[in-house]
Amino acid sequence: MSKRLEDRIARQVAQIPRSGIRDFFELVQGRDDVISLGVGEPDFAAPWHIREAAIYALERGQTSYTSNLGLLSLRRSISRYIESHCGVAYDPAREVLVTVGVSEALDLACRALLDPGDEVIYHTPCYVSYSPSIVMAYGVAVSVETRVEDEFVLKAEDVAAAITPRTKMLMLNFPTNPTGAVEPVEELEKIAALAVEHDLIVITDEIYSELTYADEDQGQTPRAHVSIASMPGMRERTILLHGFSKAHAMTGFRLGYACAPQVLTEAMMKIHQYSMLCAPIMSQLAAVEALENGAPEVERMRRAYAQRRNLLLKRFGEMGMPCFPPGGAFYAFPDVRKFGLSSQDFALRLLEEESVAVVPGSAFGEAGEGCVRACYATGMDQLKIALERIGNFVSRLPS
Amino acid sequence: MEPLLELLQQNAKLTASELADRLGQDETSIAQRIAEMEREKVILGYHGVIDRDKAGNHNVAALIEVKLTPEREGGFDRLAERIARFDQVSSCYLMSGGYDLAVFVEGEDLREVARFVTEKLSTLDGVLSTATHFQLKVYKQSGFLAGAETEPERLAVTP
Repeated sequence: MSKRLEDRIARQVAQIPRSGIRDFFELVQGRDDVISLGVGEPDFAAPWHIREAAIYALERGQTSYTSNLGLLSLRRSISRYIESHCGVAYDPAREVLVTVGVSEALDLACRALLDPGDEVIYHTPCYVSYSPSIVMAYGVAVSVETRVEDEFVLKAEDVAAAITPRTKMLMLNFPTNPTGAVEPVEELEKIAALAVEHDLIVITDEIYSELTYADEDQGQTPRAHVSIASMPGMRERTILLHGFSKAHAMTGFRLGYACAPQVLTEAMMKIHQYSMLCAPIMSQLAAVEALENGAPEVERMRRAYAQRRNLLLKRFGEMGMPCFPPGGAFYAFPDVRKFGLSSQDFALRLLEEESVAVVPGSAFGEAGEGCVRACYATGMDQLKIALERIGNFVSRLPS
Repeated sequence: MEPLLELLQQNAKLTASELADRLGQDETSIAQRIAEMEREKVILGYHGVIDRDKAGNHNVAALIEVKLTPEREGGFDRLAERIARFDQVSSCYLMSGGYDLAVFVEGEDLREVARFVTEKLSTLDGVLSTATHFQLKVYKQSGFLAGAETEPERLAVTP
């Protein structure tokens, strides 16, 4: 007699729980009256000049494989961009790897570096793939909670408390999905010092780094982004991940990249060349256009997000929904505890009673319980209606 | 350009309160600033952008390239301002290149535009020549594409 199919799934995969986001997605699916603040991508289509570059690539018949690392022209653009944006120089010939989204880069980094039992510290609430990527690479995922009271800043002392002799890696994501938190530079410096002291590898996912707003709240011009990779002693132990999905609104192009010392890039490339071979060439050519000529469009979209964020924070304030002003990304992470509902129940009832979708914070780890994620990368008109409905909903709840 | 003007340029229908929400400022100061810019002619006016074909307006529109003799005092200004004042002229720009003024005119029919060119424009002292190009079809106007671009479809919930 043959075994049940369920019993044939690899243990490593079977133990990974179903994504909370998928459960919620299925509830929303098939309802067309819903305004969704539940997405994790821009509402803008990719800017036309970028789409046009992809079309041009196809017209010229550029449909082949590229070098495993990615087109050299793209790696040169990435290297120039990262040097100016993050303040770290990488050799485009040896230290830049173009991947199919940051998700692939994250998976490659884990598989390239982890031996069974190696511990990886990551902060929660966080993007849903962090822990599974660690576990699928046979690592041990060690969660450090960030708290609403700290506006979801990662405290260096909490990181220090989680470090053991088995800790190999530290995974960071600022600005953070789902909280919108931006790590203060002073705290990031302390974390960098810990990484040096304990000889840790740092994976830093900086996919939202163009989308920051906090300085404008104070009426100041936005400060340059500060990457942990640029701090003393960090370049040689850091894998910097970035991509085109968020700032350039290119999610469907599936394009990301990793910048790291050659030994690490080389190890990641070994896996990438046998599993993915290379990222799609038309996406790569579109990405060159994005980096060379895309800055004005990035700024235009960022300002649109900033305006929606202003509206959202103001309305949340008016309806008595506690929410710290998120410094980056396009998410707000309001605290719904005072309404006496779990984040799951809050999201379910909001969906049923007012047809607005937000994602329960618990989908991003236990530390997200008590909050919900509201994405403001949604057209202003829709956002206004959604906020009105949320206002109606919370006015009916005891507080 | 200040953010307030950028917003108004995209959508002049926004109320002071809506502008205040987007910019994180208070309504009164926004209203004051707008009034000030209207007074100072930073804001020249407001208008709707209308697809005339769909609206059933069959007026004709033309671009007239005009060559002028510049004057010792003021260059092209006196003549250009005089031309711009005609009601038929919707926009008027001084250009670099092969001609001097780009004059956008509108009329009820071809004859009306022709009359404007032959009777009003060409007869002005200082106008050396005109070349009239009639507009055939609108693809984009004042930043708006004619014909709706379909909204990209997104999944309702994604990580």
